[in-house]
Amino acid sequence: MSQTDVATLEVHSATGLPSRKILMWAFIGSECMLFGSLIITYLVYRGKSIVGPYPEELLNIPFITVTTFVLLMSSLMMVLALSAVQRGDMKWGKVWLLMTAVFGMVFLGGQVYEFTHFVHEGLTLQTNLFGGSFFLLTGTHGAHVTVGVIWLLSLFFMGVRGRLTQASAETVEIAGLYWHFVDVVWIVLFTLIYLLS
Amino acid sequence: MAVTGAVGAETPGVGAQDHGGTYSGGIWSWLTTVDHKRIGVMYGVSAFLFFLVGGIEALLIRLQLGTPENTLINPDLYNQLFTMHGTTMVFLAIMPLSAAFFNFIVPLQIGARDVAFPRLNAFSFWVFFLGALFMNSSFLFGGAPDAGWFGYANLTSTQYSPGMRVDFWVLGLLVLGVSSIAAALNFIVTIINLRCEGMHFMRMPLFTWMTLITSFLLVMAFPAITVGLVLLMFDRMFGTQFFNPLAGGDVLLWQHLFWIFGHPEVYILLLPGLGMVSEIIPVFSRKPLFGYAFVVYSGVLIAFLGFGVWAHHMFAVGLGPVANTVFAAATMLIAIPTGVKIFNWIATLWGGSLRLKTPLYFCLGFIAMFIIGGLSGVMHASAAADLQQTDTYFIVAHIHYVLFGGVMFALFAGMYYWIPKVTGRMLSDRLGKIHFWIMLVSFNLTFFPQHFLGLHGMPRRTFTYESGLGFEAMNLMSTVGALLLGSSMLIFIWNVLQMLRKGPPTGADPWGGSTLEWSIASPPPHYNFKVLPKVYGRDPLWAADTSDSRPGDDVEAPEPHMPGPSAFPLTTAIGIVVMAAGGLTTTLPVLFVGVAVVLFGVYGWAFQPLEH
Repeated sequence: MSQTDVATLEVHSATGLPSRKILMWAFIGSECMLFGSLIITYLVYRGKSIVGPYPEELLNIPFITVTTFVLLMSSLMMVLALSAVQRGDMKWGKVWLLMTAVFGMVFLGGQVYEFTHFVHEGLTLQTNLFGGSFFLLTGTHGAHVTVGVIWLLSLFFMGVRGRLTQASAETVEIAGLYWHFVDVVWIVLFTLIYLLS
Repeated sequence: MAVTGAVGAETPGVGAQDHGGTYSGGIWSWLTTVDHKRIGVMYGVSAFLFFLVGGIEALLIRLQLGTPENTLINPDLYNQLFTMHGTTMVFLAIMPLSAAFFNFIVPLQIGARDVAFPRLNAFSFWVFFLGALFMNSSFLFGGAPDAGWFGYANLTSTQYSPGMRVDFWVLGLLVLGVSSIAAALNFIVTIINLRCEGMHFMRMPLFTWMTLITSFLLVMAFPAITVGLVLLMFDRMFGTQFFNPLAGGDVLLWQHLFWIFGHPEVYILLLPGLGMVSEIIPVFSRKPLFGYAFVVYSGVLIAFLGFGVWAHHMFAVGLGPVANTVFAAATMLIAIPTGVKIFNWIATLWGGSLRLKTPLYFCLGFIAMFIIGGLSGVMHASAAADLQQTDTYFIVAHIHYVLFGGVMFALFAGMYYWIPKVTGRMLSDRLGKIHFWIMLVSFNLTFFPQHFLGLHGMPRRTFTYESGLGFEAMNLMSTVGALLLGSSMLIFIWNVLQMLRKGPPTGADPWGGSTLEWSIASPPPHYNFKVLPKVYGRDPLWAADTSDSRPGDDVEAPEPHMPGPSAFPLTTAIGIVVMAAGGLTTTLPVLFVGVAVVLFGVYGWAFQPLEH
């Protein structure tokens, strides 16, 4: 009895879609507006700094291309992880989850390196408008990646303790939605900040 | 969870004398509740308290302005009062009062047992409540925010606003944004996914529709102000230059970000009230709503257009004739869907068998006042006229005709209509009508003269005015009106207290309503519907065969199990406010404690089974 009744809240669905998935999509919609506002701020202030260092002196496109590639590969790992969990192949499910998180951490490591390098070159939050808007925009993205890494590692450790099963495929799928969204945002940022600089 | 047997045994139509079922239990059961009805009650009570706080701030402002060159309130305190009056009424009174109705009414109207995410719902309430206390605690620590509710840059920079006042405002609004977005996401999913069988979108009650639209507006509009506030916070705390003109920063960026949020916010405040009026007028006219689809689509159109008009708040900053013309035209366009709604309400009343009860009184008052507010709005939609009116009392008159004459009249209509469902007792109709007439007359006495004050050139946000400018009589009128307006609230409070003490019990359906919330006992049992209803059209309770829509409590069915209480939403909310306090005082240990509490709350929440 309790199963079906709780089910009226958790599984009842007028659309046939799980509520949690709709929640994540609506959240992603809201996040688009958040990143949209930050991107607009960056673009409004592009070329408005009155003291250096300026973007063209600092941005290292080959280096960021490599970390961008790593982040894109992590999306592939995420797809493989979900597919393994959906098949009930928990061994590979855990492997791919861990790999996704590790690739995410490599990207974050690249960002830490880039930030420290910029600070050494004299660009801080306070230096000019480029510093403020660049660090805020990419830093917000980095914070999102960090949350994603923590989420993926939590799923991985659930798997290690045997609490992740084929039935949790939806949980992994929702984490995946978030992860792919964060990757897509980076593609936009990479294009606007680095390629069009 | 404690379950009452009394509610189940009661026959529909006879009021429950023992209201223990839904609301019984000690303070701990309220702190950990995930029941949408209890959360709705907590939203309603706390929002009304903040409404009174904001009202007292307004009365102090009016007392100061009652006579020329008055020294009752010094300029510094005056700045704090008008800033906190605006901030409190928008974020701590009207929005959460609407949220109270979303919580209590929407799940009942769509035939659901709770919202889609009951613990997220509790979290939204606690973040709102603690965030509101955080913001108001500024009065105790060196003064409240004093840069206006719009917080224009660079008035808010550390150069012009040293100290913690603006920091309280920035962090408080960031915290409240978390609450609003979480609640809006929850209601989007609830309305999309928990509709009962047969409740297609075009059969949903209007209030549920407007809640859905409002939730989408919240989710889309709040990120813009969040980014604005983060930029401001970085300027103030980490020394960035976003709003520093000397470093190339653009102070207008703040205005754009604020009003891209701020104009949709007007519709976030307004649309729930429009939904309530669209529910109440048909019930008291004994007629289905005229042009249901038109009312729904005009709501959608208002929301859509609401994102394209923000710069009409910025006509005076010099965006240029092209931008001003485009935004003026878009603003005037909004009058069309709004007018459509007004005609639909009038057409619903037309030829109906009207029952002139208090809720309908407030709806009629709403229509009249809202038309006045709408007309003055169309006046300053014209950029040329706006240049004469901007920053004068004309604008103050306009926004109060829209937000008090419009939204608050509608919210009071909603309160008189739905409070019997919440408490199971009737409010006095006689006291309600006395409240209505005093409120209507004193409201107009307060704000109608302000149109003329504005056109005569009296600037807003100025703590006094010289005598001999011709402002005295109308300011005095306005102050007397405001005091009367405040006292009309006492009648409402008295009415509610009398109702709680000895109000006659209401049946399940005291008004002959058409929507599902009237099919179950008042107050509803904690599981709402023993058997989930089925509907076959709009106005299910008015349809000929209501057997499926009115299953009642005498149906033979096991009592549904509901999600158990949880302390983790409150824990997480406390963590967020501790983080804000750490940011405010720039003490890293406090900030880290806050982060740790949030992590503890989130993990506890994620791993706690829903039913336990």
